[in-house]
Amino acid sequence: MTDRSVASSLEPVITTKPLEVESPFRRIARAFVEDRLAVLGLVLFLVIALAAILAPWITPQNPYDLAQLDIMDGGLPPGETSFATGGTYWLGTDQQGRDMLSAIVYGLRISLLVASVSLGLAITIGVAAGVAAAYFGGRLDALIMRVVDLQLSFPAILIALILLALLGRGIDKVILALVIVQWAYYARTVRSSAIVERNKDYIEAARCLGFSHRRIMFRHLLPNCVPPLIVVATVQIAQAIALEATLSFLGVGVPITEPSLGLLIANGYDYLLSGRYWVSLYPGIALVVTIIAINLVGDRLRDVLNPRLQK
Amino acid sequence: MKLATTRLAAAFVAAGALTAPAYAQQLTIGLKSEATSMDPQFHNLSTNTQVLLNVFEGLTKQDAVQRLEPSLATEWEAVDDTTWRFTLREGVKFHNGSDFTARDVIYTMCRVPLVENSPSSYTIYTGTMTDVAADGDHAVIITTDGPDPLLPTELASLPILSADALGAEDEVTYAQGGCEGMGEVPQSPAFNSPDVAVGTGPYTLDEFTRGNQLVMSRFEGYWGDAPNWERVVMRPISSDGPRVAALLSGDVDMIESPPIQDIPRIEQGGFKIVDALSNRIIYLAMDQEGEAPSLGGTNGENPLLDQKVRQAISLAINREAIAERIMGGFAVPAGELLPPPMFGTSDRDVDPYDPERAKELLAEAGYPDGFQITLGTPNDRYINDEQVAQAVAQMLARVGIQTTVDAMTASQFFSRRNAQEFPIYLAGWGAASGEMSSPLKSLLATYDKDAGMGVTNAGRYSNAEFDEILREAMTTIDDAERETLLQQAGTIALDEFGIIPLHYEQTVWAMKPELSYEPRVDQYTIASQVESSGEGSN
Amino acid sequence: MIVYLVRRLGQSLIAVVAMAVLVFLGVYAIGNPVDVLINPEANQAEVAAVTQRLGLDKPLWEQFVIFIGNLLQGDLGNSFVYGRPAVEIILERLPATMELAFVALVLAVVIGVPLGVLAGLKPDSIGGRSIMAGSILGFSLPNFWQGMLLILVFAVMLGWLPAGGRGQTVEVLGMRLSLFTWDGLQHLILPALNLALFKMSLVIRLARANTREVALQDYVKFARAKGLSARRVVTVHVLKNIMIPVVTILGLELGSMVAFAVVTETVFAWPGMGKLLIDSINLLDRPLIVAYLMLTVLIIVTINFVVDILYSFLDPRVRLSEVKG
Repeated sequence: MTDRSVASSLEPVITTKPLEVESPFRRIARAFVEDRLAVLGLVLFLVIALAAILAPWITPQNPYDLAQLDIMDGGLPPGETSFATGGTYWLGTDQQGRDMLSAIVYGLRISLLVASVSLGLAITIGVAAGVAAAYFGGRLDALIMRVVDLQLSFPAILIALILLALLGRGIDKVILALVIVQWAYYARTVRSSAIVERNKDYIEAARCLGFSHRRIMFRHLLPNCVPPLIVVATVQIAQAIALEATLSFLGVGVPITEPSLGLLIANGYDYLLSGRYWVSLYPGIALVVTIIAINLVGDRLRDVLNPRLQK
Repeated sequence: MKLATTRLAAAFVAAGALTAPAYAQQLTIGLKSEATSMDPQFHNLSTNTQVLLNVFEGLTKQDAVQRLEPSLATEWEAVDDTTWRFTLREGVKFHNGSDFTARDVIYTMCRVPLVENSPSSYTIYTGTMTDVAADGDHAVIITTDGPDPLLPTELASLPILSADALGAEDEVTYAQGGCEGMGEVPQSPAFNSPDVAVGTGPYTLDEFTRGNQLVMSRFEGYWGDAPNWERVVMRPISSDGPRVAALLSGDVDMIESPPIQDIPRIEQGGFKIVDALSNRIIYLAMDQEGEAPSLGGTNGENPLLDQKVRQAISLAINREAIAERIMGGFAVPAGELLPPPMFGTSDRDVDPYDPERAKELLAEAGYPDGFQITLGTPNDRYINDEQVAQAVAQMLARVGIQTTVDAMTASQFFSRRNAQEFPIYLAGWGAASGEMSSPLKSLLATYDKDAGMGVTNAGRYSNAEFDEILREAMTTIDDAERETLLQQAGTIALDEFGIIPLHYEQTVWAMKPELSYEPRVDQYTIASQVESSGEGSN
Repeated sequence: MIVYLVRRLGQSLIAVVAMAVLVFLGVYAIGNPVDVLINPEANQAEVAAVTQRLGLDKPLWEQFVIFIGNLLQGDLGNSFVYGRPAVEIILERLPATMELAFVALVLAVVIGVPLGVLAGLKPDSIGGRSIMAGSILGFSLPNFWQGMLLILVFAVMLGWLPAGGRGQTVEVLGMRLSLFTWDGLQHLILPALNLALFKMSLVIRLARANTREVALQDYVKFARAKGLSARRVVTVHVLKNIMIPVVTILGLELGSMVAFAVVTETVFAWPGMGKLLIDSINLLDRPLIVAYLMLTVLIIVTINFVVDILYSFLDPRVRLSEVKG
């Protein structure tokens, strides 16, 4: 075992060393920018994220403050003027007289919040489990990977649906469900790259020098696992947004008082046939644009970070 | 491979034969919900009743406005306070050809408690019967353990089964503990077979494929007017959108409860809409027992105990706006628990919309700055329920009561409501009996487990005088006297704002223009009552 | 080899049992089904009677013991709503879901493979690029939203196809299938397409990547140099090479297809198992929820097991690493 790993580890060590000196970030950024579609995706995503963060300051209405709504403004098509305030509803209103533009921006906020919080938690748990499995090996590795395998063999939607059917609605519960269905992806990714790293000489050296486990794991092993992690994360965050939307659509996601994009679409679904398309269509477009933007970025990142495809 | 192809070909041929319309005259209805069983005694719920009333009939029946009419019984009378005599119709045949007699009635009453696994039993109708005896072949005498003025009404929901088809012995005798001569009693799953699901109704059961369709065909030997259709197909399409789309695309001829926002589109498509006021009231109930949960800004007190606060809530609500904007005009603002002129109503005025007076009342009650409250509501049970709750919250916010809407599926809502988790909640009540004692008994009578009163009174409104009058009403056989008592009781509770009526739902049906249906107050969709008004309707 | 099989089987069994326990405890902790099922006119005594009839008056541990006892005899209990064995009711719905998943799978392959090969052979052409753009869309659009658009366009605006429900069925080999009637086929197209779109994108990407790889290999270059027509090279060499990974992936994806059918069936009112699950959740029909999950878990575990076995036969390395790890 040692023979083989030493032999195979020599090669990457030689190739990665000079690259690191050359600042990998600049190289990646340069490669990334070459694809205009990916740049467009990145810009779109940044705009969307900024809008979501600044929602309270840039929207004409706080869609959750019931005192600001007037049902006399209910069901107005895009571009109509409010009876109550004289303002214009650029994307129309829903049944309650809620400005759809404001609702969409606030909905984005919830969707992105749910996705990014669950992403952060899932990565933390997944990375910890993956690195631990790779570093310590043996029984711990076997145990963790059994659980990961088991979980990945079931469709995420099914697990999340059941969890939420049991837990009830709520942002915290949706986040919990998303973390539970996602951590395994990160654990598996991190483990496989960490195992390659573990067998390299410098780790051996660090061990001999008597560095603590924690220091070796987080200072030495982890940084090398970041590129594949980023790729998986971009795929997963898009999936998380879509999954949350689907769960909300099925009626087990976020509560109506804090509607995400998915819930806005679900609410508008009832109005699709009636010609009041804007209640469902525009949140849907916002959702799709967000997911596509992330996927465009993710696709390019995968190409850039994957050494196999580099020629 | 060759074999497989041949088999496929055979399947296609068979399919072709099946899809060709076997009858020229067929009616296909898209229903919102599906019957859970073909056994009319399995699940006491309107979704089952409305389907099974095509195949089975009760001793009595309710017409479109829930007035009682003769059905298998031609007439009935109260012999004394605890005895009813029903005269049975002669010359009535079951689908299997056997004659309808008193034996079938006794068998029917006897089988009710013997149905296994029933999620909601019909014993609520038969529980009071101490004896059911034949008086010749065509009369039945029913004795109850106390005065039961509603017995004939309740029997409209209890379809008569065929003793012969179910394997009863020649002599069936009723006894409260257990009848004799019942033979082997078939359980509910057996009713999927047309040989067991035998009634006297205008249609016979052909086929029931769960989740897909229920097929019935005309019973040639029906005692009443010849049924209108050769064949009736009922398909459950629970999602609103697909149900409307099925009508628009011609898949079905008629649907029940199209979502109201789609009605303009359906009308544009040249379809007919019929609607009627239903017996369903949408109301707000408030916690009137000690400390209420989920309240804020009241120093731990329950403001809803104060009649002024309850009145303020009622005055803060613009019922006209809800009926127009949220319900699309398919609702009528309500002043009491059943729409007049139904039995027991008193033409009470609808509370006016007066937010200024509401603020004054709140100030008088010691809450000039209002308070915070959570409004519980189901989101899939009543027409636009969640939307109505949000509109109510909006209006309450205007007078200073900061309201958070807590919406959930009906399954969770009912459990949490019954556990008294909401200080105020929105719910609905449809009076199956079509008269006032039904909502009064369930929603306003003091909660009492042993007496079986106030089952759905989760706000725990309680008034001794009200209870007294209601109890008297429920044991009064004389109709006029009973109606006065019910009016009195209703007025007491509404004067105290013990409950806040919002609106009566209007039930809507949409159908092809050549069809006609007299809209029913009880929201039932009964195929045998759909008529073809024009020519070329096939 | 035997050791490996036994171990794999043991793991699968543990998965099923763990799922049963979790699901039971979870499902039985929520709500009170009696509140939903009972006629609102019923009084408290009747409520108590129903509670007792459904066995809900017993403490949770006792219900659990009864559940496990029945489970060991292969009985998953009676549905609260229908009063009949839960498994029986699910099996009634199984053909509808299987039919949907099967047709979706076929669509994914029949449409996905040619498009992917096309995109792989001409990656820089307009056609190749737009196929890839389309596959990103297929990946990105949430399933239910795709379904909604399909209904809006094909049922509402164009009026070509029915918006939902299942068509006429015929009995084939003891199952009621709608695949063989014209009416049934019409109803099947939209939901099957909806369910297929995501997998189709997957197949397109897979086929494209493999095509590109294969196209660069020497024997294909050689075949072209030999003067074989481009069409023949594609059909014989490329297709042969990419079918193996495509079929493997799809085998594994069948389980997720059955799970995703929950969404499609809800949007299209398709009377399959998934729709039944959502309805049962709404009605708190606990035995049905548990039975659905147990059956689905069983299906997925079986598929994974079979795929694993096949793999270990085809690729000895898999077996080796498993034994070592």
